[in-house]
Amino acid sequence: MGLVVGLFLSPFIADTFVMTGKQTVEQQIEQILREALHQIQTSSVADQIQSLTVQYLGRKGQVTQFLRNISHLPAEQRPQAGKRANDVKKILEEAFQNRLREIEDSQAAEDTGIDVSLPGRAAFRGALHPITQITRRISDIFSRMGFDIAEGPEVELDHYNFECLNIPKNHPARDMQDTFYVSESIVLRTHTSPIQVRYMEKHEPPIHIIAPGKVYRCDSDITHTPMFHQVEGLVVGEGITFGDLKGILTAFVHQMFDTQTSLRFRPSFFPFTEPSAEVDILCVMCRGKGCRVCKQTGWLEVLGSGMVHPAVFENVGYDTSRYSGFAFGMGVERIAMLKFGIDDIRKYYENDIRFLRQF
Amino acid sequence: MKISLNWLKSYVPVQWDVHRLADALTMAGLEVEGLYDRYDYLKTVVVGRVVRMSPHPSAVKLKCCEVDSGNGLIPVVCGAPNVHVGCLSALALPGTILPGGGVIEAGVIRGETSSGMLCSEAELELGPDHSGIMILDAALTPGQSLATALELSDKVMEIGLTPNRADCLSFIGIAREAAAIQNAPLMFPEILLPETGDDIRQTTSVTIQSPDHCPRYSARVVGCITIGPSPFWLRDRLLSVGIRPVNNVVDITNFVMMETGQPLHAFDFDLLAGHRIVVRTAAAGEPFETLDHKTRTLNEDTLMICDGEKPVAVAGVMGGCNSEIGADTRTVLIESACFNPVSIRKTSKFFGLSTDASHRFERGVDPEGTLFALNRAAALMVELCGGICRRGVIDEYPGAADRKPIPLSADAVNRLLGTQLDVRTMDSLLHAIGFDIKPLSSDQREVVAPSFRVDVSRPVDLVEEIARLSGYAQIPTTFPVIPQSIPTGYAHRNRKRQLLELMTGFGFSEAITYSFVHPHASRHLRLKSDDVHMRTLEILNPLTEDQGVMRTSLIPGLLEAVYYNITQQSRNLKLFEVGNIFISNGQDALPDETEMLACVWTGARHDLAWHTSDVVCDFYDLKGVVEALLKALHIQPPLFTRITDASRPYLKKGYAAHILCNDRVMGCIGQIHPETLAAFNVKQPVYGVEINVQHLFAEILDVHHNTTAVPKFPSVSRDVTLIISRSIESMQILLAVREMNEPLVEQALLFAIFEGGRLPADKKSVSFRLIYRSSEETLEDTVVNDLHTAISSRLIQRFDASLP
Repeated sequence: MGLVVGLFLSPFIADTFVMTGKQTVEQQIEQILREALHQIQTSSVADQIQSLTVQYLGRKGQVTQFLRNISHLPAEQRPQAGKRANDVKKILEEAFQNRLREIEDSQAAEDTGIDVSLPGRAAFRGALHPITQITRRISDIFSRMGFDIAEGPEVELDHYNFECLNIPKNHPARDMQDTFYVSESIVLRTHTSPIQVRYMEKHEPPIHIIAPGKVYRCDSDITHTPMFHQVEGLVVGEGITFGDLKGILTAFVHQMFDTQTSLRFRPSFFPFTEPSAEVDILCVMCRGKGCRVCKQTGWLEVLGSGMVHPAVFENVGYDTSRYSGFAFGMGVERIAMLKFGIDDIRKYYENDIRFLRQF
Repeated sequence: MKISLNWLKSYVPVQWDVHRLADALTMAGLEVEGLYDRYDYLKTVVVGRVVRMSPHPSAVKLKCCEVDSGNGLIPVVCGAPNVHVGCLSALALPGTILPGGGVIEAGVIRGETSSGMLCSEAELELGPDHSGIMILDAALTPGQSLATALELSDKVMEIGLTPNRADCLSFIGIAREAAAIQNAPLMFPEILLPETGDDIRQTTSVTIQSPDHCPRYSARVVGCITIGPSPFWLRDRLLSVGIRPVNNVVDITNFVMMETGQPLHAFDFDLLAGHRIVVRTAAAGEPFETLDHKTRTLNEDTLMICDGEKPVAVAGVMGGCNSEIGADTRTVLIESACFNPVSIRKTSKFFGLSTDASHRFERGVDPEGTLFALNRAAALMVELCGGICRRGVIDEYPGAADRKPIPLSADAVNRLLGTQLDVRTMDSLLHAIGFDIKPLSSDQREVVAPSFRVDVSRPVDLVEEIARLSGYAQIPTTFPVIPQSIPTGYAHRNRKRQLLELMTGFGFSEAITYSFVHPHASRHLRLKSDDVHMRTLEILNPLTEDQGVMRTSLIPGLLEAVYYNITQQSRNLKLFEVGNIFISNGQDALPDETEMLACVWTGARHDLAWHTSDVVCDFYDLKGVVEALLKALHIQPPLFTRITDASRPYLKKGYAAHILCNDRVMGCIGQIHPETLAAFNVKQPVYGVEINVQHLFAEILDVHHNTTAVPKFPSVSRDVTLIISRSIESMQILLAVREMNEPLVEQALLFAIFEGGRLPADKKSVSFRLIYRSSEETLEDTVVNDLHTAISSRLIQRFDASLP
């Protein structure tokens, strides 16, 4: 504690200045200072400091009284006494504060604090369904590549779901999709392709869209649910090639999985595309070595695709000599199963909170 | 379709390893979905030598043998007459599954231990003989695997054919592809058909009355047939692809169908009235018994094969009992016809009857292939059934048509594929699978597809053939130029994304439930018959009854989810769903699809925690979520008005409210009615919300919000407590303050409600805090006090209130 002891002392009595002959005014203030500093030093509790503060610096405190009584001193003594008393006041204020801080610090050192291991008051967040999350990721990838997103009705005319897509009534290709019927001419859409037909009817090429949504097929087992989700895509323009189809789907797979995931395009058949291709990706579980998920083949079938069949373009009035295009489609559940390691598709629709909260 | 490699080798040399061939077929569009060893079932069958033999103590016909299995002696009880000491036979060890389905187990046969079985060749499907056990070459060694010892080896490919490849529904079809990809020759079976009988035209005739349904009908008659089992090689061929042998005539028709893809049918000629065939559509309502012994009612679209009087077969689908080949059949009429695919498919669907024949006819058989298959079958019947083939063939072909040439431009092929294939490469690829090519110029070709390629008619069909045979892997990977454009529906999608994020932020997890619900769901929601949500759309062919109609509310699906979770011991649930509901406009029109948000909250307000007591959620918890949601979406605070009418009957009366924005009802909130809960087996209170998403989003202001300045001057708050009738909704008082339009009143808040105690039973005390502020100056106490007193007395007067 930096403390300067004054050179002159004055006799002091609480209510008035009395020249006792023993103590000068100077001596009085210096004594107050000494005693105060001693008491401060020996205090160890904040409350004590508070009452000492009152005792010395409060309205009726000793220093305050001293200052008040200075007016009673002879005029020549007043300036010096006043200055010293104010100094003392500052010294003490500082001393009180410092001591108080010391006490707080030492108390803080002893404080064991709170049980920080107790759980916080929960700010609980729910989870988005895995299908929503994967649909978003797929949509985001295609949006970044410049695709627009189109939607359409889930209950659909047979005309849009089948006829316009080169799947006439009584064609064996109808067996490829087990259909829920509402009437002779109305179905629950079996794929999101009708969205693309409706879109083509309203827009001229160039077209770059994806069509996400719920689709329905009457099938139910460990790998099929009667309702599931698809994202289909369509690109139409001048000079669009099968090579472009390979490029876009490779770009998609590399973003959805990773750049190590190679693709295999395999000839297949869809009535609305020709040539058609099934797209296999290198098994994301075993990296092609063969495992239970890929049934030992090393490959996983994840996408259907192909060049848009001229009959489809004719149905929407496009000039087939000018435009070409490709289409593709994938099941969101299938992709989500691979991304999240889910082995039973029915889990998606049980809505078990213990399942949902994992995503 | 199953393809046995041994059988396939009759038509094409297989130069490649079977795995390579399978991969190559897959990459040419004929997906090999499975590849297995035909004799897999013999892996626990070994050569065994009978070392000792003694009579069975309690069965005269049985013998107790000790058989050297190569790995110790095994006790076997055997009943075969030809078993003897020293003989070598086929020993099936425990675990063997016989082709007939029997499983060999170690056990006790009439008191004697038997740990295996000595088998006949019939039991192992290795030959016809079932009179005794197989007697093997004495030079074999006990313990040797039977398949190795007999050099049995065959691989079977399971090929998943796409519906366009009708031409590959046969061994010759697959062989043609295998020949093309291996660059090997295709070999056809040689047919030697002695025609020694009378002229066929003298004994029978074929009349096609429905040429649209039947473009071609070829027939032969073979007499002097002896019906009996087929020779083993024929039975073996059929068994190798999973077809059960029946008798020699039927087996031959099945064999030739598998070989050529042409379905055949054999009639007992003597059972055909008038010894003739008439092809016509049926009379509606006519009954007919098919070979599976089911009586079916025909309709006027059903194409029938008839004799002089009556139908004898459902054309292209199944024969009839009235002309079935039986043990006494002496003369056979073989039908080799081509039917209209659509007609056959309709019939097959109508009867719910799909056969190997209908499967092929639906997809289209080769109209030029009828005679080849017919002659092949007749020759085999002569060879294997002792038959005599009548001279001549009947071949009615009203649908004969030239195959139209298809123009092909090599440049167009390369433009669509993004390749630079040479035109000669294209020629040779097409030529290898039977296409005729006529060059017109260095770029142009005229291509005639072979008659069995009924799927090929357009130039693009040729592109596909070229692409698949040259290999998709050869096509360079490129990227299209995608021009920038203005995305559509962007605002809605963004808001929906925000909506989902907000709901999860409020602690709700997203559920996705089926769009179809039980037809009783509307009853469970207690809907009145005139409620718009009663307009449900029915599904004609639901998988189960509880998926019979499209939902008109998201609540039933969420309650199902609540019930399911409670059965899984999860009782505290906050679930939401965003999805469409479907309001029917009649079964023949598209329904109105409306996107809805629904959420349910049941159980505890918080997870069990140390800092708060366990409290059950209530109306205000869920209402708070709705308020916060709308606020976060920048929608003006909605009005919640008590539901007094009959709408939303699945909410408990007095505990439910409409949610209004700008006087439009956009949804409802409340406690789910106990009867509704009971219908879903839920025994704890559930609170629910349903909001029309489109209406909700319409309330979001598209313009930028005008930001208001942060106030410069301090506010002053004053409280007032009023004792009012319990029937007055607290919101009315806040609205009354708002309506006063006092410029200095910044905000009015409700902060305490009290009922009971010393208050009369019909009264409640409500406390409000009014916050006063001026944007111009610091308010003087006296100004505030005067205004507060004025407002208070106005409220007292208006609500007949008193002060405490």
